[in-house]
Amino acid sequence: MGTSFGRGGATTFQQDLQNSDCILIMGSNMAENHPVGFQWVMEARERGAKIIHVDPRFTRTSAMVNLHVPIRPGTDTAFLGAIIHYILEHDRAFKEYVVNYTNAPVILREDFKDTEELDGFFSGWHEDQNRYTFESWQYGSMDGAPHMDKTLQDPRCVYQVLKRHYARYTPETAAQICGIDAQQIIEVAEALCANSGRERTSAISYSVGWTQHTAGAQTIRGAAIIQLLLGNIGRPGGGILALRGHASIQGSTDIPTLFNLLPGYIPMPHALAHDNLKDFIESGSAMAGAWGNLDRYVVSLLKAWFGEHATEKSDFCFDLLPRINGDHSTYRSIMDMLDGKVKGFFCIGENPAVGSGNSGLHRRALANLEWLVVRDFNEIESASFWYDAPEIESGELRTESIKTEIFWMPAAGHTEKDGSFTNTQRLLQWRDKAVEPQDEARSELWFYYHLGKRIKEKIAQQAEPHADPIRFLTWEYPETGETREPSAAAVLREINGWDAQGKALSGFGELKADGSTACGCWIYCGCYKDEQNQTARRKPGSEQNWVAPEWAWAWPANRRILYNRASADPQGKPWSERKKYVWWDEQKSEWIGFDTPDFAKNKRPDYIPPNGAKADDAIAGGQPFIMQADGLGWIFAPTGLVDGPLPVYYEPHESPVRNLLYSQQANPCRRQFPRPFNESNPSPSELHGDAFPFVLHTYRLTEHHTAGAMSRSVPHLSELQPEFFCEVSPELAQLRGLIHGDWATIFTSRAVIEARVMVTGRVKPMILQGKEFHSVGLPYHWGSRGLVTGDSANDLLQITLEPNAHINETKGLTCDIMPGRRPRGEAVPAFLNDVRKRAHMDVVT
Amino acid sequence: MADWKARTEGAKVVKSICPYCAVGCGQSVYVKDEKIVQIEGDPDSPISRGRLCPKGAASLSLVTNPLREYKVKYRRPFGTRWEELPLERAMEMIADRVLETRRDTWESTDGDGHTLNRCYGIAHLGGATLDNEENYLMKKLYTALGVVQVENQARI
Repeated sequence: MGTSFGRGGATTFQQDLQNSDCILIMGSNMAENHPVGFQWVMEARERGAKIIHVDPRFTRTSAMVNLHVPIRPGTDTAFLGAIIHYILEHDRAFKEYVVNYTNAPVILREDFKDTEELDGFFSGWHEDQNRYTFESWQYGSMDGAPHMDKTLQDPRCVYQVLKRHYARYTPETAAQICGIDAQQIIEVAEALCANSGRERTSAISYSVGWTQHTAGAQTIRGAAIIQLLLGNIGRPGGGILALRGHASIQGSTDIPTLFNLLPGYIPMPHALAHDNLKDFIESGSAMAGAWGNLDRYVVSLLKAWFGEHATEKSDFCFDLLPRINGDHSTYRSIMDMLDGKVKGFFCIGENPAVGSGNSGLHRRALANLEWLVVRDFNEIESASFWYDAPEIESGELRTESIKTEIFWMPAAGHTEKDGSFTNTQRLLQWRDKAVEPQDEARSELWFYYHLGKRIKEKIAQQAEPHADPIRFLTWEYPETGETREPSAAAVLREINGWDAQGKALSGFGELKADGSTACGCWIYCGCYKDEQNQTARRKPGSEQNWVAPEWAWAWPANRRILYNRASADPQGKPWSERKKYVWWDEQKSEWIGFDTPDFAKNKRPDYIPPNGAKADDAIAGGQPFIMQADGLGWIFAPTGLVDGPLPVYYEPHESPVRNLLYSQQANPCRRQFPRPFNESNPSPSELHGDAFPFVLHTYRLTEHHTAGAMSRSVPHLSELQPEFFCEVSPELAQLRGLIHGDWATIFTSRAVIEARVMVTGRVKPMILQGKEFHSVGLPYHWGSRGLVTGDSANDLLQITLEPNAHINETKGLTCDIMPGRRPRGEAVPAFLNDVRKRAHMDVVT
Repeated sequence: MADWKARTEGAKVVKSICPYCAVGCGQSVYVKDEKIVQIEGDPDSPISRGRLCPKGAASLSLVTNPLREYKVKYRRPFGTRWEELPLERAMEMIADRVLETRRDTWESTDGDGHTLNRCYGIAHLGGATLDNEENYLMKKLYTALGVVQVENQARI
């Protein structure tokens, strides 16, 4: 989303789904996993909107929609590709939007070669290094504005490249890949086309059914291309809604607990590229658009962190920041734990021993640490692995031989601390503390604040190498109560930032690059405007318009629909009365509407940037995507993604069939970690590619929450979903002799687990390339602890990562299944050795 | 019958947000005698309009269930059982472990002399269930310590 539109967040908000004329829910089981948000889909349906669910299983979401299409897990990019094919072949794009607001007219360089010319690869591929270099993907002209052909006829313009690129994604071919009828794809495509344009809008909503694949980012790009071609971004009832699974997962990306980012999507400095602040700003800034002011955001962040020490003379302490020089994502860290390079680990409100892909490998990694801190409500599997992991039962690990020193610490719950969550629609909502946490339970705010304080005290007393970043770090927050809890409001105020007089800033437009402002996260600037905690605003929804701008606070600048300049035509008038949202008021000479305009308030629609204009001044009055250097929505992504400027369909890393579209089988850029306990099941074209014949996919249930730490301890929820089960079709049950309610053993080359059998018509066999295939569905909530226990589905998975987001493929792998209970104890490693031998996996693949 | 009273009667109402998924439903937390007696949907929320799903509706149990533990537990290297450890002592030991590992695994430069200034031996996982303010202090402290492997559920 960040690459296509400029910001890595949902472009719309849940309530706005009620204004959609068609909603495509794909890679998401919204009714079961986001049940309360789903009421807005139902509002649209009641109004007569067409609701479509494209998902492998028939779920409660499917039961509530007009059309359900059961595709094979992992084939979403092919399905979306066929929709793009349909739009282009039948000339159904919203031309006025496409020509003015997207980069479809941009003319590409002569040396750019598409996958059509290079059989599944773009130009710039380096076979020896398994990666692309990106020069040939850049725009043709470097002298200011890119060259364009607004008639879209030039053979090298993005629109024509797109047409050729998608020519082979016919509904008939995609249908063979996805295991459905071509007619079903055509019906979806036609519904989206018929419900887009001046008078109508369509929305797309997705979840981890899209992201947890080796081509996850490119699947979302496919949706972005559809929504740009149909003119659905920035308009009411349109957009792409990413449905996130955790209360503040959007917040933990915005203020990132992610290795490659600083707050507000500022990149972490890289060892090879950033010697000093000037280098960093020059390489990260765009000439035009909001990133043209990167210097203001970084300097204000450094001021917030290093205070008086961050001066022009000290290069604002830029050198105190650590540098990255590769992938340091969590799966990489796990490998480094196994190899003894990572010695200490903080596990804070997460349960990788159950929740992460290939959890067995994670448990082995935890057992190889020097020390581990686990903070949670109860003793979760990531804290208890040293005596009750499956590897202890099988004798592969021994309690007495595990060196890991473990601190388990009780955490405070959401009712026991003040603080804000950022929900799936970028909305920061404040919670007030209801009661004090009991005994030794503490908030994470308390833990990190007091840990930091202790470390600072120690450093003041003892000579410590590399102490400056810690010594200079600003770390003063008011403490309250017996436990000396730091003030969350004071931290939020630092995130918002202040001016030279110490007054809270009202928006990121006020940030300066001269060191006179401090701001902990520029995109959140304004959340403490007027010295008021804006995130705590609670004007009832019933007393406001449907946008409810006075309920809490959304980033950026309290906007609820992003890029909403696009809800008006190039002249600034609403595309239609029915779909008006933000428009230009000639009398007031400003943008007005139902939401905060996502555009400079007084910039005229006919504004043309003067030569040499920079940052926002370089964005024309008719360019709604103000974060992009060209002000346009990116159908073609010249930068930002490592695996291609356009989506390409590759088979999942483990697949039962060959790729029908290209001779390249899987995403060539995917990141692999071949090593013992992380073997890959062979796929076709490899020998014995049929050894694991069934498609495996994992998912969640309404009554449980991810790895179970927040639900297997809750009596009501445990009673509602007491036992681990697998979902199989009647046909697969017959093929393998599985009996409903009885046990099944499911295995891959990594692990063997058991589950109760659920035989159900909700899962259908798929016909792929003329042959029948089956899938096994597994909810992944169980582990060894809690009121209800069971094997962990994630044990079966293998770690292979998507190359942009470093997310693991958890859906669309391969497995085998047989009736009965699994082997136990020492029989487990023997069984798996036998499985690997039968698949002829003598060598680690 | 006449003596029956709602357990929320006379309770103070504190406004909150559901901690499970990212829909962000509004919650009203009822507090009596410093104890939470009920959690219900907040009808004022324009997103949830007073509704909660099965998990949100069970969140009273999430914060009050008998499996919750309130004391630090410690397992020494090669240990075979949990031991008690006072919170303050645990904090002191963790601060020592951090500084020690930081000293042992500090990387000033890479092989070619490029600045790294980081501590490679410590990693972190967690954040998607936590508050923005908590994530902010974590990222700030880790970055000052030179810890770069800071990750959360968004990757998973």
